Amino acid sequence: MGFDNVYESIGEDNDDRHWAFGTGFSETLSGVEQSLPIGIDVNDLAAYCLMLGDDALVMSHRLQEWVARAPELEEETALANIALDLLGQARLLLTRAGVVAGSGMTEDTYAFFRDENEFLNVRLAELTDADFGALMARLFVFSSWRLAILKRLRASKDQVVAAVASKGAKEITYHRDYAAQWVVRLADGTDESRSRIVAGLCALSPFISELFTASAVEQRMLYAGVAADLADVRTEVVGVLLEVFSEVELEPQVLGAGYCALSARGGLGGELDSIRSQMMGEHGSGSGREGILMGAIALAEMGEHGSGSGREGIHTKAMVELLGDLQSLARSYPGATW
Amino acid sequence: MEVAAGVADPELPMLNLGDLGIVREVSCIGSQVVVTITPTYSGCPAMQEISEDLLDALVEAGFSDVVVRSVLEPAWTSSWITEEGRRKLVDGGIAPPQSHSRIEDEPVPLRATARSNSYVDGPLRLRRSQYGPPCPLCGSTATELLSPFGSTACKALYRCQECMEPFEGIKEI
Repeated sequence: MGFDNVYESIGEDNDDRHWAFGTGFSETLSGVEQSLPIGIDVNDLAAYCLMLGDDALVMSHRLQEWVARAPELEEETALANIALDLLGQARLLLTRAGVVAGSGMTEDTYAFFRDENEFLNVRLAELTDADFGALMARLFVFSSWRLAILKRLRASKDQVVAAVASKGAKEITYHRDYAAQWVVRLADGTDESRSRIVAGLCALSPFISELFTASAVEQRMLYAGVAADLADVRTEVVGVLLEVFSEVELEPQVLGAGYCALSARGGLGGELDSIRSQMMGEHGSGSGREGILMGAIALAEMGEHGSGSGREGIHTKAMVELLGDLQSLARSYPGATW
Repeated sequence: MEVAAGVADPELPMLNLGDLGIVREVSCIGSQVVVTITPTYSGCPAMQEISEDLLDALVEAGFSDVVVRSVLEPAWTSSWITEEGRRKLVDGGIAPPQSHSRIEDEPVPLRATARSNSYVDGPLRLRRSQYGPPCPLCGSTATELLSPFGSTACKALYRCQECMEPFEGIKEI
């Protein structure tokens, strides 16, 4: 089995020698029950799968960029594992989108040949991170949010989405706990590490409300029993964020107007009261904390930052270089083989 | 079924697919053999090789018409690793998953339903657990978790404080 060139061995067992795409991968959903749920608009379902898949694909890409840059080998391995889990979820969801849309698109054509305005990920996923602390803050928020969604998707009317969610929820729980532990470790560490976490959370501020704002597709898919209820998701995520913040005595407004937007939007008032009283009960006199929460809510009146939404294909500048990195080879040499 | 279940796992070759609970079912439709497997982790890169190894093994055993199917539901759980598999893991220096997830106690439902999982729906784990599984090398229980993510998606990295050796363990999922 001697090869002059090691790359020759890649196509050894199969005829698939495309190098831009993974070689020799069989159809991702091959053998998986593929029937479509009855009465569901296929274009909406495909778009919804793309949203979930793009969130995972884009976040995975950013995590992969940390390989060879992480502060410790164990953390690097962890980030690579997390990126791999997300990539696997992305593959399944993008493939499902192609099957449902009946367009002949595959996971690879979706990943490598769509334009920026066709990617439907939330903008939080595409952000770059200033440092490891910022990364952990962002991973914590992203994982908490995605976990809340996947937990609810276990009951989705589309059985492939439900199955991907059941597997994915177990994996994301590990991601969330890993990131939460790092947020606690750094926020409770030195002044320097704490300031990095705070800065990381503040940087997320303009992109938080988008996580809980349902696009038209998501609203229709919720009504059809396919999608998760983002209002419900918001309540759960706020609870998780507050739990970690109170552990390290971070003020909720560290997420800035973004937090305010999520806490005050759409009548979360009653739930906020019960969360507040819970926090005050656990931490003794909460007068300072009450003041902070009220101030945060007041700030919400000032409106949200940023405009446009990733769910509508409107992205930040960061997306341009991300896609350049991801797509340039495949686009420059489409159909190239080893 | 014996042939399929006997195929070695490409990453942990001391175990076979039967030990790991990856092969769910083998059935025959006419002369066609259909093997149903379930992926362990969403992004597990070994699943491709496992499918190919299964095909090769069955063809070698004389079955010419073989199809490998993948089911995502019910999701693979580490509690499907057999007792034999757990023993082989320890022999190979890898700690088996510490506790069985609650799902194992529930009968597999006839239809897919939203099922709660003891740790997905459980509380946030803010503090890293202090105790790892017993050391597969020296048996001590004085072990600590170094990282919940090891060399593969399915394993975590531990260190024994008694014999000071690092070792990996299959994660509960």
